[in-house]
Amino acid sequence: MSSETKQILTTDGIPLEISLKKAERKNKIKAFLLVAPLLLFLIITYIFPIGEMFTRSIDDKMITNMLPKTFKSMETWDGKELPPEEVFASFLSDFKILVDKKEHGKLAQRLNKEKNGFTTITKKLFRQVKRNKIDETQSIKEQIMKVHKRWRNLEYWQAIKRTAPPYTSAKYLKAMDMYLNEDNKITQVSEDRRIHRILWLRTVEVAFFVTVFCFLMGYPIAHLLATLPMKYSNLLMICVLLPFWTSLLVRTASWMILLQQQGVVNDFFVMIGLVADDNRPEMMYNKVGTYVAMTQILLPFMVLPLYSVMKTISPSLMRAGKSLGGTPFVAFWKVYFPLTIPGIGAGCLLVFILAIGYYITPALVGGASGTLISNQIAYHMKSTLDWSFASAMGLMLLSGVLVIYWIYNKLVGVDNIKLG
Amino acid sequence: MSKNIEFVKFDKVDKSYDGKVLVVKDLNLDIAEGEFITMLGPSGSGKTTCLMMLAGFETPTNGEIYLDSNPISNIPPHKRGIGMVFQNYALFPHMTVYENLAFPLKVRKIQKDEIDKKVDKALSMVSLSGFESRMPAQLSGGQQQRVAVARALVFDPAVVLMDEPLGALDKNLRESMQYEIKHIHENIGVTVVYVTHDQGEALTMSNRIAVFNDGKVQQLSSPDKLYEEPVNSFVAEFIGENNTFGGEVIDISKGVCKVKLNNGEILANPISVNAKGDKTTVSIRPERALINPKDKMDNNQKGKIEEVIYHGDHTRLRINLLGNKEFILKVPNSSNELDLKLGNEINVGWNSQDARALDPK
Repeated sequence: MSSETKQILTTDGIPLEISLKKAERKNKIKAFLLVAPLLLFLIITYIFPIGEMFTRSIDDKMITNMLPKTFKSMETWDGKELPPEEVFASFLSDFKILVDKKEHGKLAQRLNKEKNGFTTITKKLFRQVKRNKIDETQSIKEQIMKVHKRWRNLEYWQAIKRTAPPYTSAKYLKAMDMYLNEDNKITQVSEDRRIHRILWLRTVEVAFFVTVFCFLMGYPIAHLLATLPMKYSNLLMICVLLPFWTSLLVRTASWMILLQQQGVVNDFFVMIGLVADDNRPEMMYNKVGTYVAMTQILLPFMVLPLYSVMKTISPSLMRAGKSLGGTPFVAFWKVYFPLTIPGIGAGCLLVFILAIGYYITPALVGGASGTLISNQIAYHMKSTLDWSFASAMGLMLLSGVLVIYWIYNKLVGVDNIKLG
Repeated sequence: MSKNIEFVKFDKVDKSYDGKVLVVKDLNLDIAEGEFITMLGPSGSGKTTCLMMLAGFETPTNGEIYLDSNPISNIPPHKRGIGMVFQNYALFPHMTVYENLAFPLKVRKIQKDEIDKKVDKALSMVSLSGFESRMPAQLSGGQQQRVAVARALVFDPAVVLMDEPLGALDKNLRESMQYEIKHIHENIGVTVVYVTHDQGEALTMSNRIAVFNDGKVQQLSSPDKLYEEPVNSFVAEFIGENNTFGGEVIDISKGVCKVKLNNGEILANPISVNAKGDKTTVSIRPERALINPKDKMDNNQKGKIEEVIYHGDHTRLRINLLGNKEFILKVPNSSNELDLKLGNEINVGWNSQDARALDPK
């Protein structure tokens, strides 16, 4: 029988396939309409902002728009010696427009970021322009070079040329404590100014250890939850979930009360004679505080996936392992543990990803040695208003998480994740 | 070598989980080497608890269990060397069939080539050769069951425990697996303790059956004896079908007694009644009562057909007999000359020998 080669028709003579599609189209549209609000929501709140973040982080159009003629004329300049008269002329004409629009300050600011010293010489040039001191019938190059000796310096003109492309990777390099030098080479900043790399490493370190601590503490709890009789396990579950029902800020604040030098934990240590009263250990405003508070706050995210996986493991498997001659440890290690790996994967991934972007807790209990990259991002968002730099760091964080997800997928397989 | 008839011995074993109720009461049970013994009983009768105590997952509250004359209460399960087949198979889902079978051998530190040989042998025993690299999830229920059996046998345990291993299979598969397990037992002569609540399963497979109820062994005997000669009304009721009459003994002599029912009198075989005035339940197997018996029988009663159910190979009749509206008769399909119509009056006869006067319900 070669029924699949022959087209099957319905009683009306329409091919079955077409008829089926027609019949199912309505359902498909209905299903799509159901998810459409969510899709829209995701696009608006997730895809757009990330795209916006990305463009902002590499955007350098402002100066490109400020000096259009200059950059045009610079295209033919090789940058080996001072630019020709033409470049100076177009720079002056761009600059005059900026002075009219009162935007020359912005230009100075942007150029100063590229190379120190631009603020002064732009100001000087501004004064000359304002007083109409520059005679456009004479050589503009000569007149500008007379304004300040830096205008005669090749490096400054090279710096201007470097700002020509509308896009820049400078923010990303800055986040890695690097910059593009005069020769367009990626260079490290001087050692005493490298702060971001330390923060990145610390963030990864904190996230890693918080994940490890959460795993070490969450695994037994989850096991207990999964094996206890219902009435006890419900109570324990409430204890695990209780932190979820308390505001994050309140929890962090209570850790501050507990951990400070005159706090409850220290008082207790002094009381039982573990430490001397005048030698109370600092448990807050350093990494210890960050570890303790973050582990407690993120613990439920480890326990819940583990619990949901352990709940499905039949107790008879452990019994089988033992009855077949495995010691309790062998039965656990060879039978129980491998079956919980999907839960471990999900829990660790969840905790790590949450920890790597954690903000409030390190900000409050972390102190100087406990701040993380997220605090740096917040600092640039709120204080320096360098949003493009904050965006760049945020995107780096996001891509870091994606890389971890990818590695995890290679190692464990995302299909093996079980969140509940 | 003579076989140890007390290979497994439960000696006055009590078990309580909460300190209030005894789940197993004063259990004494001897299991001979190489025997296939079934613990049969309704759920909650304590049979699984007994099995778990033998496996080492529960400890007896009182009493001792001996394996080959050694007390085992203080030996942890993994040192007892008892194979076990679990209700839901308990195959390790993350291991292949080969790894599942190799597990008990690996933990015993057996050489790799020896393991391969034993796994091969065990798999061919359950006719699953060639399935080594499959995962349990890729096997059908029956195949998983066989792997579980092979795994429990692969390390040559002295005793194999089976806890309702066929419960999850469909009827046909269950029956064929029953024979398969029985044949494996016959071939390798291992001692098997089997727990089930399915009496058909118990009757086909076992050498002896221990009927459990209420934490006690009600009767321990071979399947035929259990069916033909139940010692109390629980066993009579639990094993097979059963017609009962409640009444009082009004006359008793050697081998026969007269029992007075609400409306009538019958002759019965006194099993657990000794004197006049004893209350009793008389139990008669449906196939032992005949319609219009040709031979002379010492009980003959008239009954009215209340219901006729066609079963293919036989017809079941529900008859109102001596006030018992639930009296069941099985009529083989060969006797088609009978006029079995609803409402007809028929003659029913049985021998007093087959009517066992047991303890009252």
